[in-house]
Amino acid sequence: MVEVVVNGRPFAAEAEPRLLLSDFLRHRLGLTGTHVGCEHGICGACTVLLDGEPVRSCLMFAVQADGAEIRTVEGLAAEDGPLHPVQQAFHELHGMQCGFCTPGFLLSLTALFEQQPDANEDELLDALSGNLCRCTGYANIVAAARRAQQLLAERA
Amino acid sequence: MKPAAFTYHAPRRLDEVLALLADDSVDARVLAGGQSLVPMMNFRLAMPEVLVDLRRVEELAYLRVGAGGALEVGACTTQAQLLRDPRVRSGWPLLAEGVRHIGHPQTRSRGTVCGALAHNDPHGELPALAVALGATLTVAGPGGNRRVAAADFFVSLFEVALEPGELLVEASFPPVPPGSGWSFREIARRRGDFALVGVACLCTAAETRLVVFGTSTRPLLFSDADEVADALDPLDDVHTSAEYRREVALELATAALAEAREGTHG
Amino acid sequence: MIGDGVPRLEDERLLRGQGCFLDDLHLEDCLEAAFVRSPYAHARIVSIDASAALALPGVVAVLTGVDAAGELEPMVFDIAKLVPDAVREATDPQVRIHPLPALPADRVTFAGQAVAMVVARDRYVAEDARELVQVEYDPLAVVVDAEEALRPDAPRVEPSWDDNVAISFRHEQGAVAEAFDSALAVVEETFRLQRQHASPIETRGVAASVDEDGSLLVWSSTQTPYLLQSFLGRWLPQPPESIRVRAPDVGGSFGSKHNCYPEDLLVPWAALRLGRAVKWTEDRGENLAASTHGRDQVHRIALAADADGRILAVRDSVVMNAGACNLLGLVVPYNTFTHLLGPYAVDSFEFDIRVVLTNTGIVAPYRGAGRPEAVFAMERALDRLARALELDPAELRARNLIRPEQLPYRTGLVYRDGNEAVYDSGDYPELLRRARELVELERFAPLASERRRLGVGYACYTEGTGVGPFESACVRIERSGRVTVLTGASSQGQGHRTTLAQIAAVALGVPVQDVDVVGGDSAALAQGFGTIASRTLVVAGNAVAEAAAAVRAQMLELSPEEVPRAGLSATSVYRPGPVTWAAGVHAAVVAVDVPTGVVEVLRFVVAHDCGRVVNPAIADGQVIGGVMQGIAGALYEEIVYDEDGLLLTGSFMDYALPTAAEMPEFALAHVDVPSPLNALGVKGLGEGGAIGPPAAVANAVEDALSELGVVVRTCPLSPSRVRELIRTAKVNTVDSAL
Repeated sequence: MVEVVVNGRPFAAEAEPRLLLSDFLRHRLGLTGTHVGCEHGICGACTVLLDGEPVRSCLMFAVQADGAEIRTVEGLAAEDGPLHPVQQAFHELHGMQCGFCTPGFLLSLTALFEQQPDANEDELLDALSGNLCRCTGYANIVAAARRAQQLLAERA
Repeated sequence: MKPAAFTYHAPRRLDEVLALLADDSVDARVLAGGQSLVPMMNFRLAMPEVLVDLRRVEELAYLRVGAGGALEVGACTTQAQLLRDPRVRSGWPLLAEGVRHIGHPQTRSRGTVCGALAHNDPHGELPALAVALGATLTVAGPGGNRRVAAADFFVSLFEVALEPGELLVEASFPPVPPGSGWSFREIARRRGDFALVGVACLCTAAETRLVVFGTSTRPLLFSDADEVADALDPLDDVHTSAEYRREVALELATAALAEAREGTHG
Repeated sequence: MIGDGVPRLEDERLLRGQGCFLDDLHLEDCLEAAFVRSPYAHARIVSIDASAALALPGVVAVLTGVDAAGELEPMVFDIAKLVPDAVREATDPQVRIHPLPALPADRVTFAGQAVAMVVARDRYVAEDARELVQVEYDPLAVVVDAEEALRPDAPRVEPSWDDNVAISFRHEQGAVAEAFDSALAVVEETFRLQRQHASPIETRGVAASVDEDGSLLVWSSTQTPYLLQSFLGRWLPQPPESIRVRAPDVGGSFGSKHNCYPEDLLVPWAALRLGRAVKWTEDRGENLAASTHGRDQVHRIALAADADGRILAVRDSVVMNAGACNLLGLVVPYNTFTHLLGPYAVDSFEFDIRVVLTNTGIVAPYRGAGRPEAVFAMERALDRLARALELDPAELRARNLIRPEQLPYRTGLVYRDGNEAVYDSGDYPELLRRARELVELERFAPLASERRRLGVGYACYTEGTGVGPFESACVRIERSGRVTVLTGASSQGQGHRTTLAQIAAVALGVPVQDVDVVGGDSAALAQGFGTIASRTLVVAGNAVAEAAAAVRAQMLELSPEEVPRAGLSATSVYRPGPVTWAAGVHAAVVAVDVPTGVVEVLRFVVAHDCGRVVNPAIADGQVIGGVMQGIAGALYEEIVYDEDGLLLTGSFMDYALPTAAEMPEFALAHVDVPSPLNALGVKGLGEGGAIGPPAAVANAVEDALSELGVVVRTCPLSPSRVRELIRTAKVNTVDSAL
């Protein structure tokens, strides 16, 4: 039995040891916003926050997350609430095309700006380089990241 | 790509871990950060029957400066934790700089220092850093603990000086003498990639430790750049020729040595 | 509103994680499939023993080629044979196809080809079962390289053929031999654009379920649901009218999800056979091995020029590696042929191509679909010519560009749709001028040193867009007052939900937020096509515009209150005429670190003509996305096989896609000349960004290393390859001095 708190809600579900955290979130808990692009830890589409840290959920077994607090893309904004600044920035600056890699980017940036609100350009690229995008060519993603940083600073 | 089934244990004490690893009737592997092991399991290139997760073994979760001034890194310490610690940045800047090159924030959040050392990927940064800094590895096993110098720990391709049933529990980095110079350089195709070839160098008053990695099955230790050329016998791989590794290793070694000697980082 | 950067209507649900991609679909009581794939590039299948697999709890079926042979004929892709009459007259292409079994019973022809399908309660169990399926293979001789496959003694990929040539054609116009004889300067070179892979972040996937009434619903991560529907109607033992194909949200495709794959057939077939829903999500290893590959062409190209650098003639002989099957016929090789001369006025042209089968993954259209390969050869040759004549490469191009007053410009070639290839509109000299302006090389001069050399490279191209045969759209006013636009086009990130809504909104005089665009459903419209080949804005866009105009006319007959209740709707099937020609000039500024061979693209310039722009943000996003894929092809990506046909780049650890950290600064300039060929004035723009970068970057690297005598003939320009070029150039320099 794996017990986790996801986006502030407690969940408990059976999971055989080899069930990947990505599959647990997507198929056991029905939170399909976290996507799977490679299952070997390169593309970052599966990024979630685990106890505040960005992790590749395809490289974890659900059992390793027992007792943890997880945030997925579904938890960035309240159900009918306004978008999180990172989401807002992606929308304003056309930071997404097909949207498949987007949740991973959103979580990576959320972690970065929570840990380092004043992240510099190099730290920003360091955080972004762990997520692959094939549609946008990254330009608008980087611009959206800077805008998100700005929006978060204004909010603070 | 889904892994094969295994039995999972998450014991709370080191002696329980060792007891599980001691059973040589099953293929048991240690799970720390999983950043190297889990991809292999997803590809079914690794199919351990038993996984022993270290995450609850609190006695291995430490990052401290010991009585003698050494940086003691327990097996559960992640690369991210290492980077965040201001003592590492100020006291072991070569280590901090090298670890910054490992992967991405999403892998450093889970990947452990000791895990990377025990994995000994020839293109990985940590084994080279351990050798350059003269680290000592503490190995726990059925017969008790033993200490191995980093230069002796990395044996061959993905092979380290661990006997069956043993576990790397600590990496200890001796204090870096004041006035030492250092340099870390690598060539990677993309940010965060494994190195095609790299160099870690520490120059103290007493010695020069110039380590070349990515050209062999393990890090190679030299005391001067002109030793490097003749000692290298790298291999081709799908992207990079042996000749490239040889000539760029030399280039990096020369540059790193100059930088370290100059002590520009102080 | 046309021309407004309207923030995308499709964003919100995707940002909230409420998208529904193939693997997100939850089908009732669904089984999952995994495929046993051949580890051999060429082998006879001796036997398959699935007994151990079937004994595993949770396994429902293991289907092999023997099972398939009884019910599924080997697939013949008629589209691959398609040769319009005018094309036949112009170049008389020899096109051969051979049937491709969905699951082979006898023989595998590439590593990664599926030989058995395991269906189980979930993917984990299916993969366990897969390990237990015993396949005995008898390995056969393998051929991997296309030029090797041309040798008379080469192993045959298709045993019933007398050689490995799937397609060949040639063309000559003007006075080529005379031009070469009289030319002052002749350059002759061999260039190769390496094999690449689309690698969308979402892999493929298919899910199928059977209704109580026996009708079949198929979900596929596809660009072309209508094509897939008719394909399934043809090859499944199921009445076509009872088959519905839907595309969910699709996470990128770039051409690789446009084809009808064996799995597209096998998953529905399994669902029908088992009477249960079946889902299959491709994993990344399968994606790299068995989703279609792109590029892999070798050009032996020669240019003849006069003293001023005016090109008198071009000769190009091409060998293209098709992989194990000629899947889409003339599409890629004909694009190479019709795009080679680009925006240049060249009177004499000789071209021949052979498309060759090998025991490797199947090659099909990948963003650019034959155009990047052509541009690589031509633009590299132009730079070699510039060097031979000691002319500035941009100046050489300027001297040869077709001038605006020469348009419409008849190339003398027939496009693959059978129409004459006529450049309808554009200003190529202005594109070059704007690109040159934006290079800003001086800004980077402080970075240059003995070891860090700067270079600039250009690539100019034209792009035929908006190819037919047709696209359809239905515009309907709902009782709520909202507008529904049904379209045969499908989106994999191109923002059609917004751009097509903009087109409808303008025509109807309603706010764009009131328009819902629905695509990707074969049941929505009587006929449709799908999204490929930079055509959606042209073909679907104009269909939407026409249908909306018809509804508008209906609206004007009524009072505003009556409109929502009146059930107004109109359907339009838009059949374009000849393709409309987009164009661009790319320029790359690079820094090459000589001792380590590392290439950095500092700045990438695009001057672009995509006709009338519907949504500037979306248009520029498409261009930059394409450019980054092109840069990836120039520096990072290569699909590599060993001599036994085993894939060495079978994961993202080895097939390297660049990250945001590798991105250059971008500069985009628009020189948009509206198309005279359609009412909206639009041209396609999905692929243009990917066409120029390999050539521009290669040219820039050679420019940076020109003092060292480096000649760039292939990509990717990895650090190792660049160092090798430098080493061998030095050797050559020394030799010539002796």
